[in-house]
Amino acid sequence: MSGHSNWPEWIYVAIVIALMAWVGAEAWEAERLVEHIPADAEVIKVTGQQWFWTFEHEDGTKEIGELHVEVGKAYKFEIMSKDVIHSFNIHDYVVLMDAIPGRINTVWFAPTDVGSFDIQCREYCGLIHYNMRGTLYVEEPSA
Amino acid sequence: MVLELAKPRPIWQIMFSTHHTDVGLLYLITSLAFLFLGGTLALAIRAELFLPNIEGTGQIIVDSMTFNRIFTVHGTTLIFLFIIPFASAVGNYFVPIMVRYKDMAYPKLNAIAFWMIPPGGALIWLGFADFTWYAQPPYSIISAPGPAADMWIFGLKILGISSVLGAINFIVTILKCKHPDMSIGQVPLLAWSFLATSLIILVAIPTFAAALLMLLTDRLGVSGFFNPAMGGDPIAYSHLFWFTFHPEVYVLVIPAIGMMYEIIPRFSRKPIYSYNSGVFAFVLLSMVAFSSWAHHMFATGMSFTEKTVFMIGTLAAVPASAMHVFNFVATMWNGRIKFSTPMMWAVGGIALFFAAGAGGVVNSAMPLDFSTHDSYWVVGHFHLFVMGTIAFGSIGYLYYMFPYVTGRMYNETMGKIHFFLSFVGTILVFFTQHVLGLYGMPRRVFDYPPIPEWIAMNQIASVGAMIIGVSMAIFLYNMIYSSGKGKLADTDDPFGLGGKYYYPFESKTPHHTGY
Repeated sequence: MSGHSNWPEWIYVAIVIALMAWVGAEAWEAERLVEHIPADAEVIKVTGQQWFWTFEHEDGTKEIGELHVEVGKAYKFEIMSKDVIHSFNIHDYVVLMDAIPGRINTVWFAPTDVGSFDIQCREYCGLIHYNMRGTLYVEEPSA
Repeated sequence: MVLELAKPRPIWQIMFSTHHTDVGLLYLITSLAFLFLGGTLALAIRAELFLPNIEGTGQIIVDSMTFNRIFTVHGTTLIFLFIIPFASAVGNYFVPIMVRYKDMAYPKLNAIAFWMIPPGGALIWLGFADFTWYAQPPYSIISAPGPAADMWIFGLKILGISSVLGAINFIVTILKCKHPDMSIGQVPLLAWSFLATSLIILVAIPTFAAALLMLLTDRLGVSGFFNPAMGGDPIAYSHLFWFTFHPEVYVLVIPAIGMMYEIIPRFSRKPIYSYNSGVFAFVLLSMVAFSSWAHHMFATGMSFTEKTVFMIGTLAAVPASAMHVFNFVATMWNGRIKFSTPMMWAVGGIALFFAAGAGGVVNSAMPLDFSTHDSYWVVGHFHLFVMGTIAFGSIGYLYYMFPYVTGRMYNETMGKIHFFLSFVGTILVFFTQHVLGLYGMPRRVFDYPPIPEWIAMNQIASVGAMIIGVSMAIFLYNMIYSSGKGKLADTDDPFGLGGKYYYPFESKTPHHTGY
């Protein structure tokens, strides 16, 4: 086309590609570590339905809308849904996984701070989606 | 064809015409009408979210179902009834002229494609469905109320067919009807953008068309493709949906980039920095458009390998987009830039395009996506594209083509005020929404708990939206008043750039580099 040389654009494109490769590699490495579920993680079954969350611990105790866990332990959530798609979310611990009818999704976390945290639904599920909320209580281990 | 209100033609002459500029005018007026309708719904959403509901205060919209219907129709309207028809308007006016042909290849098909839009739009607006523009099953099958959902499905079906007909027309016009003296490497970048877009539409849309039919039969209860209660898989719908609608993102953005390729060199009084790189980036974008759809679905429980593949496919779109930005900046470099209204919109659009793209890199990185997914971050992110990039490019181009369409000039001062208010408003709304997402606010919520940060961010966003609302009122007044009473445009050089307002108008040598 025109007579000018185009080397600034090539250098620029190379820099962009290098940046993206770096982002991709870092993300790959981080995700690989994050997805490694510890073997001793306690299982908590999470069930979403319009419009509340039910939790079932390994010992069979059930909670509705509230979840009590112990600080420093690893927990593995097995997430399912009874009706439409929901998304189980504890934003402060970057726990986010869709609850899909007909399949079980897993995600894990290990709370590091004592206190209460918001649980919410992050996938549109109808009338009261905005208020499909719960509370996570992270407590000291009971001796 | 100039719409000259001093010498009006009867309305039916325009409505029943198949001439490309008449059909273009119909597209233009329809898309602008839907821009204002959809924008009004956005203001309603922002008004509701200005305050959380505490004991009856702060609630403006009557109930959450109405709110859910409003954001559903808002999204559907602005994507399918504003952005796409607006691009078709520009394409209808300028593609035949740019390839030096007397009309579109199939004028009747062209008119038919346009006339499918009003019934499609009517179905969506009269139904007023509530299941978001995504219509995710099983909600859309077992939970979405009434005929509204079915009307939405039929409305989208009609609009999809209209898009495909339009795409066929553009492809044939550009490839087969261009002047024999003109090689494909001389076709202006705006026309190239329509070629790339149309090819994407042809490949992408049929998938969603099939998914819509399956959704409809699922709703009727005669099939269970996406209904887990009948052995179906709702995630299959997500794949079909995003296989169409991730590429559709490029269908929306590429014509807006093409419009900027018209405006930037003209107002910089320089040839485009690299025509070849523009073409290359368009072609590259339309290919990588198909490699990234499942990045919308990282949180559905995809395997690590799947996520990795789609992350790489998503990052692959960045260099091509960045090439456009480079091209624009390099074109403006050392140019004698005249900041008339169209140039302001184009430059503002490029800045916001860059911001939107940078935010998108964050979404695509797998671990970070779990922080931003389905939060207000995503709302802010894609609005920076649809509003910041696409609407800015489109509105800039509308000012640019105004003298061509009406034979008159718009009011420059009002145009600049419109730009400044919209630019400030867009930053206030959508940058803030990114932050709101990092605080954890989910999208598509009627109400939110009174967390101080959430309230503050929502209020900044709502004020920004009202500023955009004011700017759009100025815009509407400017367009209506200037169409009838604006001063007559100097059709040779309406923007006072020196040289001719060449080929959109009348040039015989439509070379991009001919300044």
